[in-house]
Amino acid sequence: MKTIEPMARSGISPTRATAVSAVAAEGLACQRGGHIVVPPLSFEVRAGSALILRGPNGAGKTTLLRTIAGFLPPAAGRVRVSSPKGDASVEGHLHYIGHTNGIKPRLSVIENVSFWQRYYGGGGDPEAAEAALDAFDLLDLADYRAAHLSQGQTRRLGLARLLAARRAIWLLDEPSVSLDAASTRRLETAIADHLASGGIAIVSTHLDLSVGEAAILELSRAQVLQ
Amino acid sequence: MNAFLALIERDLRLALRQGSAIGTALGFYLIAVSIIPLGLGPDLALLSRIAPGILWISFLLSAVLSVDALFQEDRDDGSLDALAIGPLPSELIAASKSLSHWLTTCLPLIIITPLAGLLLNIELDAVPKMVASLTAGTIGISFVAGAGAALTLGLRRGALLLPLLILPLFAPFLIFGVGAMADAPGAFVQSILFLLALSLFSIAAMPFAAALALRLSLE
Repeated sequence: MKTIEPMARSGISPTRATAVSAVAAEGLACQRGGHIVVPPLSFEVRAGSALILRGPNGAGKTTLLRTIAGFLPPAAGRVRVSSPKGDASVEGHLHYIGHTNGIKPRLSVIENVSFWQRYYGGGGDPEAAEAALDAFDLLDLADYRAAHLSQGQTRRLGLARLLAARRAIWLLDEPSVSLDAASTRRLETAIADHLASGGIAIVSTHLDLSVGEAAILELSRAQVLQ
Repeated sequence: MNAFLALIERDLRLALRQGSAIGTALGFYLIAVSIIPLGLGPDLALLSRIAPGILWISFLLSAVLSVDALFQEDRDDGSLDALAIGPLPSELIAASKSLSHWLTTCLPLIIITPLAGLLLNIELDAVPKMVASLTAGTIGISFVAGAGAALTLGLRRGALLLPLLILPLFAPFLIFGVGAMADAPGAFVQSILFLLALSLFSIAAMPFAAALALRLSLE
């Protein structure tokens, strides 16, 4: 067991007061099915900055994200979330977009976004829902059944809930999968805007996302096999 | 509360859009109720005597038919992850799913029960009693079924295991449900009170069991 040094520490002071001022891993080791997948590591992501997770297949990017989200219990260490008022919990501040999109094919595009907006407590503001669709270029498809969307459009619809309901921490697992170049730029813009307003993003990706203030954490499979 | 209502509303809308789940349950119920008399022979008195039991058993079998899909779809399409990090604790997610199951499966079955009773030569004045006993009992049925669906979530062949797991738990509901139709004085009121107690217990306890299973299934 070794701690990855130097700590991937980055951050700019938040331009706007937000609910969460930093997400940090303290000696966090991640397990899946009883096997250590990610050896203990420490990092801190401050409000307004992003952490990009890189690594080959099986390096534990998804496991790390799911551990931060609280779906998996950590094998060691902990995830610390701090707010301007002191320690906080990830609960209520989190968006998680995994490999699947959480989209119901039998609902229309706008119904899908509106549901997540209402569920996350964003009120029923139709303008915010439409703005979220517009940001991912789906507004002209608003009344289509989600079943009729292409793979990439479904992915964008999944991502649109990031904007429909504002939450401070975005955990994105390979968000650019099945996106074309233009849509990837829209995703970059969304992440950059989120960071600029004091948000936090932890993103696993193989692409060079240019999202402003970002540190890179390399996970490697070799560490696990040692 | 808003999130709870939003989830119920979405599930009702999905059930109405799809329709096949409701249709399958209703069809199964009517078919079961109409072929059982064929196996009994032409004894009308016997038929109306055992009609409440036939209705209850057919109802329970129809109600568990689509239960395995209760959380499965949400898990497969990633909605369950996104629901879990939302404002609702897992207990309330489970409760909302059970309530949706009652509204989309049990309620339509209760509504066609008078028709099904007609097929079994049930006495007319027994129909309101039958509907009352089903209403009192099946809310608990939906909550037990919800916990069963959460427990078998993610298991291969979970859909086959599920009835084995939950049908035995329906035994007390069945006993008091049929007991409500007995001729003895006071049987109806006492049985309805027992059914209500069973339902209240299920509503209070089952979401916790379901929530534990849901949290494990996220790993």
